[in-house]
Amino acid sequence: MAAPKPRVKVPKKASKGEVVTLKTLISHPMESGQRKDKQGNPIPRKIINKFTCEYNGQVVFSCDMDPAVSANPYLEFTAKVEDSGTFKFTWVDDDGSAYTTEKKLAVE
Amino acid sequence: MSLTRREALGLTAGAAAFITFGGQLAHAAAAETEEAIKAFSGGAMPESGKISLEAPEIAENGNTVPVSVSVDSPMTADNYVESVLILAEGNPSPAVATFHFTAMSGEAAAKTRIRLAKTQNVIAVAKMSDGTTFMDKKEVKVTIGGCGG
Repeated sequence: MAAPKPRVKVPKKASKGEVVTLKTLISHPMESGQRKDKQGNPIPRKIINKFTCEYNGQVVFSCDMDPAVSANPYLEFTAKVEDSGTFKFTWVDDDGSAYTTEKKLAVE
Repeated sequence: MSLTRREALGLTAGAAAFITFGGQLAHAAAAETEEAIKAFSGGAMPESGKISLEAPEIAENGNTVPVSVSVDSPMTADNYVESVLILAEGNPSPAVATFHFTAMSGEAAAKTRIRLAKTQNVIAVAKMSDGTTFMDKKEVKVTIGGCGG
C-alpha cells in the first residue's frame, strides 16, 4: 500500500489577526476493525487516531479520531494568525508512525 | 383465519418477547451514548444551545457523511471552547471524533467526514473552558450503511 500522502490547503498570506481556514486530507484506508475479509476473518483495525496542527510551535487545533471517521480523513478548521510563521500538521497512525507536513504563511 | 386459544397465546407471547428484546437493544445503544456524553461533560447532561451541528438530512452513502460543528464563543484566552465530542448513536461504537480547540483557533468550528452504519442521531457536545457543556442533535437518514459486513 502506498504511504499515506498528506494534502493541506493553507492561504499564502493573511492580514494580522485574521482567522484563516485550513483544510487537510490524508490518504489512509482508516480500517475500522469491523470489516471481514473473504474468508470471514476480521481485518485488524488500522486508523489515524490523532491529528495535531501547530503554528510556530503552539497547538492550534487537535483531533482524536475513532474508527467512525471516513477513509482519507478530511478536516477543516480555523486558526487566528498574528505573525508570519509555519503550520505543522501531524497525523499519528495506530502503528505509531507519524506523518507530517509543513506550510508557511506570511502575515502582512 | 381463526386462531385457537393456544395459538393466540403463543403469538402474543412471541410478539411481547420480540418487542422487549428490540426495546432493550435500542436502549443499550442509547445508554452507551449517554454514558459517553456524561463521561465527557463530567456527570451533568448538557444543555442545548450555543453549539450547532450540521449534517445532511439524507446521506446516500454512509461511508462518508459530511458533518460540521460550530460553537458560539468569543475564543479568547480565558473564554473559549475546549473540545467538541461527536457521537453516532447507532454505530457499533458511538465515539466518532473529538476536536480540541485553543484560543489560537480563532473560531470553534470544524468539519469532517464520518461513517454511519444506519439511520440514526448524530450528537455533538461542546465543553467550554469554564466547564459548562452544550449539545446538539441531528437525525441522518442513511441509505447504504458505512461499516462494512
